[in-house]
Amino acid sequence: MSKVLKDLLYSKSHEWVKKLNEEEVLIGISDYAAKQLGSIVFVDLPEAGDTVEAESEFGAVESVKAASDLISPVTGEVIEINEELVGEPELVNEDPYSAWLIKVKLDNPEELEELLSADDYEEIL
Amino acid sequence: MEEIKKTCLYEEHVKLNAKIEEFAGFLMPILYTSIKDEHIAVREKVGMFDVSHMGEFVIKGKEATAFVDNIFTNSILDKENGTVTYGMMLYPNGTIVDDLLVYKVNNEEYFFVVNASNITKDYAWVVDQTENFDVTVKNLSEEYSEIAIQGPEAEAKVKELLGLDLSDLPFFNFKNAEYDKYQLLISRTGYTGEDGFEIYACAEAITELWQIFIKGGVVPCGLGSRDTLRFEAALPLYGHEISDEITPLEAGLKFFTKIDSESDFIGKTALLNQQAQGLTRRVVGIELSKLGIPRAGYPIVKDGEEVGFVTTGYLSITLDKPIAMAMIDQRFTKKDTEIEVKIRNKTIPGFVRDKKFLKKNYKTKGA
Repeated sequence: MSKVLKDLLYSKSHEWVKKLNEEEVLIGISDYAAKQLGSIVFVDLPEAGDTVEAESEFGAVESVKAASDLISPVTGEVIEINEELVGEPELVNEDPYSAWLIKVKLDNPEELEELLSADDYEEIL
Repeated sequence: MEEIKKTCLYEEHVKLNAKIEEFAGFLMPILYTSIKDEHIAVREKVGMFDVSHMGEFVIKGKEATAFVDNIFTNSILDKENGTVTYGMMLYPNGTIVDDLLVYKVNNEEYFFVVNASNITKDYAWVVDQTENFDVTVKNLSEEYSEIAIQGPEAEAKVKELLGLDLSDLPFFNFKNAEYDKYQLLISRTGYTGEDGFEIYACAEAITELWQIFIKGGVVPCGLGSRDTLRFEAALPLYGHEISDEITPLEAGLKFFTKIDSESDFIGKTALLNQQAQGLTRRVVGIELSKLGIPRAGYPIVKDGEEVGFVTTGYLSITLDKPIAMAMIDQRFTKKDTEIEVKIRNKTIPGFVRDKKFLKKNYKTKGA
C-alpha cells in the first residue's frame, strides 16, 4: 500500500504540493510514484530562478533503468531546489514526503484549486 | 499478436516476488530486489539469470561446416570441436541479422544460440540459406531452457552445489555433463564481463538446478542487471549497438569478422566496400563530465549540430559515473573529442572515450 498524506495536494501525474504560505509551495513525488520507480539514482532538477509551468515537464527522477519525467502541478518561479538530493537521491525512496524537490513561488495561487485532495488522489491509485 | 510465453522458471520468479515484464515475447524477471544489488552480486560474488528465452538451433549435415562458414562472420574452420565462437549473421548489404554464439560439436554439427527477439526471423533466414548445402536446420528453442551462472565465485559454486568440476573448461569452450538423470550442455561463456557458465538443458533439469542454486545462496538476477552488466563490459545488444541498419564495422566489431581472410561469407563484399570507402559513423564510448544519465536514443550534439545518438547509457554502477555507448559521426570519434548529450531540455557536456569501461575478469586459460 502506498502512503498518502492528508494535508497535501496531488496531481494526476503523482506529484504532491505542500502549501507553505499564500504564495509558496514545495513540490515532491508521492509514495506511489517513488515505489513504482524503484531505487532512485538521480534527480534532475531545474535551477533556482527557472520558471515552471503547470502540466509541463520540469525535470526527471531516474532509476537505474529509466527516467521518469516530473510534471509541474503549478506555474511559477523556482526559488530553491533541495540540494540534499544531489548527493543522496535515495532520500526520495526513504521518505518521499520529506524529500521535497523544488520550492516554487506561485504566479497564480488560485491554481491550487485545480489539484486533487488526498481523498481524491487515493481514488485514482 | 503471438501469445506471450513463459519460461519454465516463471513460477520460480513469482515465488521470489520478481518484478516481471514482457521482453521479446516472454514474461521475464526484470529484478528481484534491486538492479544495483544484483549487479554487485555478479561483479563480486555470483548471480544467476534465467535466459531460457534465448533461441537454440541445431545445424547438421555433411556440409555443415561450409554452410556455417558461409553465413557466420567469424571463423569456425580453424576451431576445435568443443569451442564456442561469437559472431554475427549478415544480410548481403552488410547489416546485421543477429549476433550469436556458435558451438562447434564437430564438422557436421553446430549449435546456434540466438537472441530471443530474433528467433523467428533468424530461423527463416538460416533455412533460406540452406538451398545449396547438404544440411538440416532445427529450431530447438522450445526444447532447451537455459540459466547463466555468472561471477568470480561461479566455478566454486557449481562445484559445491552440483559436484561438477569445471576448472579445466577453458573460456569459450563447452562440454556435456551429467547431473542426476539429466544431460547438461555447459559452456564457459556469459554476457556480464565476469567469469561464469551458461547451462542448457530440458525444462525439468533447469528448474531443479535453479532451485539448487537459489538454496545454495546464488543471487537471482533479472534482465535489468543483465543489461547494466553487459553494458559495462561494452558487449553489444541487438536493437542498440547492432541492428539491421548497422554493420559490424560501424559497431566496432571487425574483430569478430573474417574479412581479412580467404573465407567468403554473406555480407563480406559489402563490408570490404565499406572499409575501402571509409566509415561515416561508428560506435564509441562517451563519458559525461557533469551528472546526468545518457539514455538510449538521446541525441549527441557537436557545436549545436546533431551528430549521433546514444545506443545504451547508464549511471554505471561499478564506476559510479555517467557513461554511454553512442553511434556518432566518424569526424568526432577521436578520443577526448568534446561533445554534448541532449538530455530532455538540457545539454550535458562529455567526451569521447574508449569502451573499456571495465577490466573484464574472464578466465582466459583453463585451470
